[in-house]
Amino acid sequence: MLEITNLHVKLEEEDKAILKGLDLHVEPGTVHAIMGPNGSGKSTLAYVLAGREGYTVTEGSARLEGAELLEMEPEERAAAGLFLAFQYPVEIPGVGNMTFLRTAVNAQRKARGEPEMSSGEFLKAVREKARELKIDAEMLKRPVNVGFSGGEKKRNEILQMAMLEPRMCILDETDSGLDVDAMKLVAQGVNALRDAGRAFLVITHYQRLLDHIHPDVVHIMADGRMVKSGGPELALEVEKNGYADIVGEVQA
Amino acid sequence: MSTAPRPLTRAARRAARLEATAERLDRLALPQSAGWLGRAREAAIERLRGIGLPERRDEYWRFTDPAKLIAEEAAPAEVFRITDEAIVFSDIDRLKIVFVDGVFDPDASDDLSAEGLEIARLSEAGATDIHWAQEIYGALEARGQAPVPRPLAALNSAMADDGVLIRATGKVARPVSLIYRRRGEQAEVMLHHVIRVEPGAEMTLLENGPVAARYSITAEACIAEGGMLHHVRAQGRDHQRSGITHFFARLDKGAGLKSFTLSANGRVLRNEAVVWLDGEGGSAHVAGAAMGAGDFHHDDTVFVTHAAPGCESRQVFKKVLRDGAVGVFQGKILVERAAQLTDGYQISQSLLMDENSQFLAKPELEIYADDVKCSHGSTSGEIDPDQLFYLRSRGLPEKEATNLLVLAFMAQALDEIAREDLAEDIRARLEGWLARHRG
Ligand SMILES: Nc1ncnc2c1ncn2[C@@H]1O[C@H](COP(=O)(O)OP(=O)(O)O)[C@@H](O)[C@H]1O
Ligand SMILES: [Mg+2]
Repeated sequence: MLEITNLHVKLEEEDKAILKGLDLHVEPGTVHAIMGPNGSGKSTLAYVLAGREGYTVTEGSARLEGAELLEMEPEERAAAGLFLAFQYPVEIPGVGNMTFLRTAVNAQRKARGEPEMSSGEFLKAVREKARELKIDAEMLKRPVNVGFSGGEKKRNEILQMAMLEPRMCILDETDSGLDVDAMKLVAQGVNALRDAGRAFLVITHYQRLLDHIHPDVVHIMADGRMVKSGGPELALEVEKNGYADIVGEVQA
Repeated sequence: MSTAPRPLTRAARRAARLEATAERLDRLALPQSAGWLGRAREAAIERLRGIGLPERRDEYWRFTDPAKLIAEEAAPAEVFRITDEAIVFSDIDRLKIVFVDGVFDPDASDDLSAEGLEIARLSEAGATDIHWAQEIYGALEARGQAPVPRPLAALNSAMADDGVLIRATGKVARPVSLIYRRRGEQAEVMLHHVIRVEPGAEMTLLENGPVAARYSITAEACIAEGGMLHHVRAQGRDHQRSGITHFFARLDKGAGLKSFTLSANGRVLRNEAVVWLDGEGGSAHVAGAAMGAGDFHHDDTVFVTHAAPGCESRQVFKKVLRDGAVGVFQGKILVERAAQLTDGYQISQSLLMDENSQFLAKPELEIYADDVKCSHGSTSGEIDPDQLFYLRSRGLPEKEATNLLVLAFMAQALDEIAREDLAEDIRARLEGWLARHRG
């Protein structure tokens, strides 16, 4: 599904390398978790995959189902099935959440040569998915993320993901700042989307999210590369001992 | 002895200006009228003789060169053809009053008799001995000459040879729609309208169309106690034309005004709005959305006077500028000593789509009452890259995402249109304009 090989990325503005030869292989139907100390480059990885400006890829490749992501515009990546739930969702005053969602769904459909969703169909789908995420109708009418609480913003990301039905979902610290109930809702939203044709990359600091979204593989990232990979037990180890041992062990 | 010319003194400059204005006026053929209108025109000419035509060095014209507006010959402007579907208000049920190259066209217009309204042509009603409009015609314009002179408004009062006089006596739902069509490339047009909203009455005035290669349109509106005037204007799309408008409004106790203007294209376009809140509890909103590319200069000059206590006013102006377009905003809130508990708000913002475009703003507050709430703000910005990326990451192509953000930027101005069908129509024009321009 997602194949990242020897990815090197530096900041465009300053000559600072952030990703330093990162490899990652995600099979369809699996959930991969990435954990790692602050500043190790997790968000950078997510942004580079989604196509944000400000980074220069100096080496390596990232393929989504065989197609080179790094050569595509952000909207092309989205249409190809990539989705990033932002660590810090952006507020857009003046654009209604509903209008935004609908425009996004139809833009992707159009890009894939599929028919647009009728407003009836769309409304029905949004209402149902919003209900599952406990997003009330008022929130759908408001401008995108404006005046939303931290938890509402994160649930709104999951709502977008549910509506867009991407094949490769990246969640960047979607659990940060959420209380237990909100986190469970987010986890439910993710679990509802799990199927054989879809994969997840879940960036998190906490084992607790992984109690609800069971990962197949856990990676530890430090200083721009994956330093250790393993099963769910790796997350438990981090929870108990912190990163120092693992990171130190590799660097030693 | 030095032969270099000495700089002119203030007095000498004024004398030179008045002399030039007098010479210019002597060459003009004033429209003739026997009735009250003739007297109003003569008074306007006298006012103008005392003020003189505007000059670039005038503070009030610092950002907009009046040369194109006052040149003896108007530059011709190509007539821009647009399809019927693209014409604003087409689907709105309205009473149509059509002017072609500034001349009232009875065949294209609807029957002017309508319940709750009294409508007359200026050129006909002006010849009578007595008419309700004579109290207003030129009177608001004259009041508007201080504290800042508006010579082109006085010129309009003197020279306009047509227009409509509208009196609303009840609550009228169906808008009165003034349509300014253009046929001739040379046409120069001056129109002058008078509107009177009687106590408790309500009406909607629409204006649209390219008017002329160069034009001056004045409207003077008196809104009596508890009356309400809605005004929505879409200034056609002809690229090369130039124009100036003056919208004068005085509001009595508890009266309301909502005026919105959409402008696209045009070499020089200045819209002046001058509003007096004369009665307690009045509310005046003046808003505008302008979009320009390239050879475009758009100026909103607004002056709101709070003369009575407990009134509210809002000025909301948004401009999207690209390819070297220039936007100007001069807006003032004047709160007189008597106007306690004033609530005044003013915002002017531009979205610059490139480095060649510029926005010049002069927001002003002048407050003589002590218990007031007034705020103003002016910003100039670009499309937010984080917002753009967020939208694109959800699959919106760059241009579509940009247009959505531009519409979002304009939304606050469009919110000032009370009627949803009119707001929707204006939004569709905006979308059309955006679709025609690169992202
Ligand atoms: N736009 C940027 N400007 C400056 N430094 C940045 C920028 N983006 C990332 N960095 C730096 O790159 C490193 C990795 O950041 P980030 O990817 O956010 O890490 P993580 O998400 O793992 O906490 C940090 O040292 C951070 O300060
Ligand atoms: Mg991060």
